[in-house]
Amino acid sequence: MAAESISGRETGTTLVKRGLAEMLKGGVIMDVVTPDQAKVAEDAGAVAVMALERVPADIRRDGGVARMSDPEMITGIQQAVTIPVMAKARIGHFVEAQILEALDVDYIDESEVLTPADEAHHIDKWAFTVPFVCGATNLGEALRRISEGACMIRSKGEAGTGNIVEAVRHLRSIIGDIRKITQADSAELFDWAKQLRAPLPLVREVAETGWLPVPMFCAGGISTPADAGLVMQIGAEAVFVGSGIFKSSDPAPRAKAIVEAATNYRDPHILAKVSRGLGEPMPGLEIDGLETRLADRGW
Amino acid sequence: MKVGVLALQGAFGLHEQVLNRIGVAAVQVRTPEELAEVDRLVIPGGESTAISKLLDANGLGDPLADRLADGLPVLGTCAGMILLAAEVVDGYPGQHRFGAINATVRRNGYGRQSESFHAPIDIEGWESAFPGVFIRAPVVESVGREVEVLAELDGVPVLCRQGPVVVSSFHPELAEDDRVHRWFVERE
Repeated sequence: MAAESISGRETGTTLVKRGLAEMLKGGVIMDVVTPDQAKVAEDAGAVAVMALERVPADIRRDGGVARMSDPEMITGIQQAVTIPVMAKARIGHFVEAQILEALDVDYIDESEVLTPADEAHHIDKWAFTVPFVCGATNLGEALRRISEGACMIRSKGEAGTGNIVEAVRHLRSIIGDIRKITQADSAELFDWAKQLRAPLPLVREVAETGWLPVPMFCAGGISTPADAGLVMQIGAEAVFVGSGIFKSSDPAPRAKAIVEAATNYRDPHILAKVSRGLGEPMPGLEIDGLETRLADRGW
Repeated sequence: MKVGVLALQGAFGLHEQVLNRIGVAAVQVRTPEELAEVDRLVIPGGESTAISKLLDANGLGDPLADRLADGLPVLGTCAGMILLAAEVVDGYPGQHRFGAINATVRRNGYGRQSESFHAPIDIEGWESAFPGVFIRAPVVESVGREVEVLAELDGVPVLCRQGPVVVSSFHPELAEDDRVHRWFVERE
């Protein structure tokens, strides 16, 4: 954790913002569109819910511009559950973020699942008391988001597809480059910073610690307990499940099974037990057949 | 001495890191077999609802209650404090309440994340203040006579002890200060 001297009582510090991400580790954050779904998620053992109007699979199907959710809907979900409530703002849409902060959400996801509002700039996340999570497909992107103040990174995957392949690619890219950087000498780190288009101090911190300065979770395409186990064994510290639960044939048992898989991700016997009789997972999509690649959004 | 960290969900990795840093072999506890082997246990912060359900899923509810009844020394931080308390206000129905410390705590009593904060904590008998980090933290509303309050913030207990049980509403594993962990593993 970042060193920070503690003299007086303060809210919204880096330590406090990254601290909540630490508390969510080993857990499952579930997309929900109604207070009833939020209750199902909480009952299943979710550590947080992401309140949104449509899950990514429906956003993909409907097309058009996807925006921040109706505040009334977010408030309804906050009232329904006792666990943290997150909500999404469009990339670069700092006023949506201001509104979400005013609603007192616990985390803001500056998300590529919504239609970007700014083609060059992400939100200056240091300006907020509420912490932000951002998606990343590679280490450079992750470090740029952290330099803008993100307190949690999630691999993007390809949301709404039920296909884990992109999440695996992004995780492997981020973790693989971290491993390489820890082997680099001090001269090589300058080149790494240039290649990654990331600030040198952050690159040096990664080289020294062997990990990002914030927790890294996985999102995009998780639809089975085995998927959760896979990304956790690769190195994700928690998982986001978007469409994977409420687009399946029987959401409640699947939600509970994915929660148990995230905890027992190294135990194939438990994974086998919780994977039994869950009904149909969400319908999946081939990445090559997609009209829109959500993971390409963000700069 | 073998110190276990309940590793169902939450900040168990950070507790493990602090313990390793002070030279204590820490092990992750996810099963009754792993629980049976530890001499002390840390119950970390996280979501108490999720941890409670995972205790049931992994068959740890009764074994943990038994070990606590046998006097297992335990440190419960934040969600860990909620699970160890006798009474929980604004809790989740059916959530585990081990009653290892006679305290009433209000879940998320300090509010949502916007109210999360850090503040220096004066601990009785300690030379300098401890950096307290409070994340959607529980508020201790009252404690029984057998509970010793070791630190307060604005008149509210934040670090308490009852025999072998120590609970804090803040997160010592988030601070770069290992004194709480040292004290927990060194005490008789």
